[in-house]
Amino acid sequence: MTTPYQDRPLPGPMLDTSTTPFFEAAKEGRLMIARCTQCRQPHWYPRPLCPYCLGDTAWETASGRGTVYSYSVARRMGPVPYAMAYVRLEEGVTMLTNIVDADLDTIHIDQPVEVTFKPMEDGWMMPMFRPVEGQTDAA
Amino acid sequence: MTEIDLRRRACIVGAFEHPTRKAPDKTSAQLHAECARGALEDAGLTLSDVDGYFCAVDTPGLGAIDMAEYLGLNPRHMDTTELGGASYLSHVSHSVQAIAANKCDVALITLAGRPRSAGGGIGATGPYISPDTPDLPWERPYGWAPAPMYALAAMRHMHEFGTTSAQLAAVRVAASLHAQYNPNAMLQTPVTVEEVLASPMISDPLHKLDCCVISDGGGALIVARPEIARSLARPVVNVLGAGEAYKGYLRGQVDVSWSAAALSGPRAFAAAGVSPQDIQYASLYDSFTIAVIMQLEDLGFCAKGEGGRFVEEGNLIAGQGRLPFNTDGGGLCNNHPEHRGGITKVIEAVRQLRGEANREVQVPGCTLAVASGLGGMIGGRHATSTLILERE
Repeated sequence: MTTPYQDRPLPGPMLDTSTTPFFEAAKEGRLMIARCTQCRQPHWYPRPLCPYCLGDTAWETASGRGTVYSYSVARRMGPVPYAMAYVRLEEGVTMLTNIVDADLDTIHIDQPVEVTFKPMEDGWMMPMFRPVEGQTDAA
Repeated sequence: MTEIDLRRRACIVGAFEHPTRKAPDKTSAQLHAECARGALEDAGLTLSDVDGYFCAVDTPGLGAIDMAEYLGLNPRHMDTTELGGASYLSHVSHSVQAIAANKCDVALITLAGRPRSAGGGIGATGPYISPDTPDLPWERPYGWAPAPMYALAAMRHMHEFGTTSAQLAAVRVAASLHAQYNPNAMLQTPVTVEEVLASPMISDPLHKLDCCVISDGGGALIVARPEIARSLARPVVNVLGAGEAYKGYLRGQVDVSWSAAALSGPRAFAAAGVSPQDIQYASLYDSFTIAVIMQLEDLGFCAKGEGGRFVEEGNLIAGQGRLPFNTDGGGLCNNHPEHRGGITKVIEAVRQLRGEANREVQVPGCTLAVASGLGGMIGGRHATSTLILERE
């Protein structure tokens, strides 16, 4: 069985003062995470106040590399199948995302993945992840 | 600090599950009122006895304000705690606190809705999610919905513990065996593991029959102080203990191998002064089969990772297993009104403790039961509420 990845229309991002920097960076091909300026902990999803200590946070560019923590191919949740996943980033936080640009039936836990960006409405971009070619799973 | 002992400080004296599963000809407010009437009749009380009202976001309008008007209530205590499908179990717990504090004597709790008539389908979440929910910008574009979010937990559970699709299916099989004796159940035909596995794949590894029904309807409960409970004709069901918990993305340290029930369960058992081994019947939130397996582990009925095997051995089936569950057929087969089955979990536990479950699934001499509710999504952010109930 193969389930080829297909693009699906993505609505524009939900923009407000605390999300716009993330989506402006995504437009330029950068995945941002937030880290506390006080306790130095990174967290996900990004917030202006740290969920460990309520300190102010600052944006930083993530490596965009990670591994699949869990996944599910949603086969009847819309016009085309899509692969929901949690990806553990090298920076130590795990984010909800989609796995794309792959046969969705080959996705597996611990698979190395890297960020890529898929178009949303009005020229915005959403970070998603694709398998890293030729790289074997982390032990 | 130790909790104040609230054991037996209030009792569930009325319980009513609306018999409808499809109500195109009724409004949501009307269903709430019909449930209230049913629970009051069950208790042997009247509207004028009610001085506390508990409801969640499924009430039309602005919380208790609109429903108190519609029902003709004159409450001196109101609580609109909203914890998704766990709300109504927390309403029971909070009503015990309110009664112990002399804030009210007779509390009414209602849930109702008509998502089946309104349309939607598997994965619908109800209309309550406001556009400024802070998590949504990082969830919605990815196709965030109940089925895939529960599926993320199921997939990881399989990876970590070797849980199988057949074990997930065995949850549905047990529920369907119970539903065949419930004339109001939406799906009354028993199914086999093979039939579950042959049903369409919704979101790997969850098949269509791993998902609960979508039904119109609702239910209501009446909680009253013990002096009132003992003056009524119905068997007395004490609230022995309660616990609540929240668990989400853990600030990015995601771990979907356990649910908030691992926190709310021990809190409830500690408050009740009993252990999981004492429990004779369990109402477990079953929006999806994986939720049942995780609650079995997290509430302490089996070791972490053993939930699938526990179910596969037939332990959930009335008349043969160690822990009969959801003997009304549960959300999987009977009823999951307004996309949130919390109140039906309490209602079936009350039936079991009164000895009024359907004859074929009644647990003989049932005196101690657990009811477990879950709101939100087990693979994402969610709350749980656990109740320990006792037949006096």
